[in-house]
Amino acid sequence: MQIYRGHVLVCAGTGCVASGSRNVQAEMEKQLEAFNLDKEIKLVETGCHGFCEMGPIVIVYPEGIFYCRVQPEDVKEIVEEHLLKGRPVKRLLFKNQITEEMVPHYKDIDFYKKQNRIVLGNCGFINPENIKEYIARDGYEALAKALTQMTPEQVIEEIKAAGLRGRGGGGFPTGLKWEFARKAPGDKKYVICNADEGDPCAFMDRSILEGDPHALIEGMAIAAYAIGSDEGYIYVRAEYPLAIKRLKIAIAQAHELGLLGEDIFGSGFNFKLNIKEGAGAFVCGEETALIASIEGRRGEPRVRPPFPANKGLWGKPSNVNNVETFANVPRIIARGSQWFADMGTEKSKGTKVFALTGKVKNTGLAEVTMGITLREIIYDIGGGIIDDKKYKAVQIGGPSGGCIPEELLDLPIDYDSLISAGAMMGSGGLVVMDEDTCMVELARFFLNFTQMESCGKCTPCREGTKIMLDILERITKGEGKEGDIELLQSLAETIKSTSLCGLGQTAPNPVLSTLRYFRDEYEAHIKDKRCPAGACTALASYRILEDKCIGCTSCARVCPAKAISGEVKKPHKIDPAKCIKCGACIETCKFNAIVKQ
Amino acid sequence: MAIKSPEDLKKIKDEALEEATARINDGTQIMVGMGTCGIAAGAREVMAAIMEEVGKRNLKIAISWTGCIGMCEQEVLVDVIRPGEKRITYGKVTPQVVPRIITEHVINGNIVEDYVVGKLD
Repeated sequence: MQIYRGHVLVCAGTGCVASGSRNVQAEMEKQLEAFNLDKEIKLVETGCHGFCEMGPIVIVYPEGIFYCRVQPEDVKEIVEEHLLKGRPVKRLLFKNQITEEMVPHYKDIDFYKKQNRIVLGNCGFINPENIKEYIARDGYEALAKALTQMTPEQVIEEIKAAGLRGRGGGGFPTGLKWEFARKAPGDKKYVICNADEGDPCAFMDRSILEGDPHALIEGMAIAAYAIGSDEGYIYVRAEYPLAIKRLKIAIAQAHELGLLGEDIFGSGFNFKLNIKEGAGAFVCGEETALIASIEGRRGEPRVRPPFPANKGLWGKPSNVNNVETFANVPRIIARGSQWFADMGTEKSKGTKVFALTGKVKNTGLAEVTMGITLREIIYDIGGGIIDDKKYKAVQIGGPSGGCIPEELLDLPIDYDSLISAGAMMGSGGLVVMDEDTCMVELARFFLNFTQMESCGKCTPCREGTKIMLDILERITKGEGKEGDIELLQSLAETIKSTSLCGLGQTAPNPVLSTLRYFRDEYEAHIKDKRCPAGACTALASYRILEDKCIGCTSCARVCPAKAISGEVKKPHKIDPAKCIKCGACIETCKFNAIVKQ
Repeated sequence: MAIKSPEDLKKIKDEALEEATARINDGTQIMVGMGTCGIAAGAREVMAAIMEEVGKRNLKIAISWTGCIGMCEQEVLVDVIRPGEKRITYGKVTPQVVPRIITEHVINGNIVEDYVVGKLD
């Protein structure tokens, strides 16, 4: 047995690859060889650690020293100083943003301290392309337990007792869904994984697929056993090439070891897994559209009932769950439902992975126990707002969700509290916004997304979202009219109650929730032709402060529209009729003499 | 090899755990002083001997290393830390002494007194 005294983990998640981790890894390989350490130190490629802001991330075990933003030119120093001589390279350690102290250990970084990493527990810790590393972390023991010690009914009861709810958005009880599929008559049944993660700024499922693909495979196999299926599909978007590559490797390795295929664990249970690459339509995240797409038809939803549990893929009973839901399953079976049910709130158990993005200092993935407050996520894990600006709102649940204003920051997050606040868990995207964000523009942005992604099958969604978008565009351009708000509200209610599928039913949510909490911003746009956040270009006006302008002429020289005039050493003026509001003058002025209103 | 039973899975897991000892281990730790002084006194050879011995015996322990701790005269310094016991520092360790430290102390818990230069709680 070849043993290694140390392991160097280089993150190869999509975030770190984008910030250059491939070059770091190549250089590490070279330097380990150069110092003759390649037989003593093992180089391990891992999935995402979630702290993408600090990438490329390198972690050295056994100590668990966390290096961030490592560049190829830093590698030699790490190898020579740390790996050879045992002196961690201080300048590459994570620096606490408040105390300015260096934090050498992974587990002591604030970003990770408040997290409860269960689903993400293996992400960034194991090599996702090596099944043995997953097995070393108790992998496939839950499948062994289910197949050799439990009946399918007991598996379903265990999931029901745990209180696991769908992590893809709706929050439907997973055990109940499995029971419907189990009880549906039919000799052939399918298990389907919805990995069509399409919300802007969401990358939870992607990180699980890339960082711990076997957890998904094991969860799907357990689900298949529970409902009586022998075949599964993973529907993953083609824009996730790394996830697809690692899934394919994982499936092949599981087959090789007999953990997929025929007579698994000698129990007589067979299970085969297929990957279906989706073309990236948002609507295919809706289960009936997803099933249509697997069948090779156009990705359009259909009326439910019949639900997929009775009539799904190729007309057979099918069970569709999201990636994170499946990834929870092996942990529940292995550790028992009570362990899981002890975490979280009364009706929302376990943890949820959130993708934290926007105007927050630490962007990345955070897995937290249900019931944590938004304030803890944004300020303790996220480190607060960039440049210490004022918090305005967070968009939760992506284009189907809503915004949460400052007064609700202490709301404990679970499925039900979010719905009552006018938002929804969704798949777990959290886009943080500061005082410079215009809430009307935000609503326009998300509606523009859903409008483009509308499949066009039903009229309320196809036509209704278009009319709403037109109104929002007018308002942000300063052409809003009296009565627009009421029209938006009435359209929203109609679209919500008459659309065919979840896409249309939730599309108006960003408009309704911004209207609920930030109606004054809509009114300012419409009545005063003013954008309170100063974000809508069409409504902005630029003015030179006379007492601050020294007449250096630099603004006049950069103005592409020649809208600024004045004598040297005397205050200048902007002609609003000529100004194209490009902002070039503000950037140039060294005296803060130009303001945007 | 194909897995046909939970026992087969356990066999593969045990193998996998050995390869992953640097990340997953039961708590016993061997630490080698790898400062410039240590390396000059032969720390790399001692390290190689420790790794060989640990590998041969399939021990699930963490081998780590540290910089100079100031007792350069006594290098090569090797610490053995068993969970719940005193941290024992051995001095002037050579590759020849390594098998004794591993078998007597790491495995059986009997400190190799002739080489001890320090005991810490």
